[in-house]
Amino acid sequence: MDSKELIARRVAMELVDNTLVNLGIGLPTLVANYVPRGIHVFFQSENGIIGFGAPPPEGMEDVYLTDAGGAFVSALPGAVAFDSAMSFALIRGGHLAMTVLGGLQVDQRGHLANWMVPGLIVPGMGGAMDLVSGARRVVVAMNHMQKNTSKIVTELTLPATSARPVSLIVTELAVIEPTSAGLVLRETAPGVAVADVIRATAAALIVPDSVPAMILA
Amino acid sequence: MRTAIDPATAAAMVPDGATVMIGGFMGVGSPHRIIDALVARDARDLTIIANDTARRGVGIGKLISAGCVSRAIVSHIGTNPETQKKMLAGEILVDLVPQGTLAERVRAAGAGLGGVLTRTGVGTLVAEGKTVLSVGGEDFLLELALGADVALLAARTADYSGNLAYALTARNFNPLMALAAKLVIAEPDEIVPVGVLPPDAVHTPGVVVHHLLQRLRSV
Repeated sequence: MDSKELIARRVAMELVDNTLVNLGIGLPTLVANYVPRGIHVFFQSENGIIGFGAPPPEGMEDVYLTDAGGAFVSALPGAVAFDSAMSFALIRGGHLAMTVLGGLQVDQRGHLANWMVPGLIVPGMGGAMDLVSGARRVVVAMNHMQKNTSKIVTELTLPATSARPVSLIVTELAVIEPTSAGLVLRETAPGVAVADVIRATAAALIVPDSVPAMILA
Repeated sequence: MRTAIDPATAAAMVPDGATVMIGGFMGVGSPHRIIDALVARDARDLTIIANDTARRGVGIGKLISAGCVSRAIVSHIGTNPETQKKMLAGEILVDLVPQGTLAERVRAAGAGLGGVLTRTGVGTLVAEGKTVLSVGGEDFLLELALGADVALLAARTADYSGNLAYALTARNFNPLMALAAKLVIAEPDEIVPVGVLPPDAVHTPGVVVHHLLQRLRSV
């Protein structure tokens, strides 16, 4: 299992039955492949749909049915399409149970940076600022390190996406929960020791007496 | 009744230097034939208000490549490296606006509101230079209404009253922009006789639409 699949399968365990969920572009999209049995969630894409499904067979695509990355998707029974104002009213208005987003950095207070590296890459925030400010739970799904540098840092060096802390960080090494006391190590990945996580993390971690292994969907 | 015009006529109604709203999300729901006509007439110095600049060679990406755009007010340029390159080189001014805030600023302009209050962006770079208002003890950013000279829309179906119906995720910013510009031109896939579109199926009332683009092929 590669690290992306591991992260996606752990994040999938956070899905709650009968709720509205938004998955960011890239790694977060993989979560949809591992929805646990017995759980039904409605996936929203911010370009204006609730209830999209896997890409249709080749040749059966609808040019007007795409996800936020512009990729072709299908519409599941009960799907609904709407404009961008409705889409973000759902996001900001407390109607979105959970969003899963990628990250460039998360700091000790749980602040996320994921929309620009000044002077280098400036993709823009798209819907990320609204999602982090408005979703009831914000889960960051990302690799723990970038080129041997920890992405979990004491203080952000990149521009923040929101002043609101995220709810949970899931990496290929660990599950970490930002709290008012600091970052708490909740789980380790299979075969990963607590010491490995501490070594790979630039911020201080609070380590409880018991740190169970991740359960994967 | 609305007149149906050809793409060159539509493009001629968009003067150089104009502020232009363009519907679409990654090119889905963008008025592609009007965009091609703007490139063909070599439009200059446009300020574009849109969700994104799509990809190179697609939708608004064509306007970027052809040098028609001097400023872009958008939420995302990550899918078009050319926009990023031109921005970093100082050839295009890019104002990045959170997507939900962009939608509400456009909606506000079309709805006669001065702006909206949002939590989005509080305590970030987006808040720089903006008024923060406290409502019920919580901070909100004052985001001002954003209107335009022209709105260029795409729809699946129109009738000759100008009524518009959009398709699935091609709706996105189109119905918001339809109310937010002085001149509104819609590019429908098909134009049906008045009475064919059921009143409940109309997303944008025709009273706000000034011109329709001719269908690609006449019957």
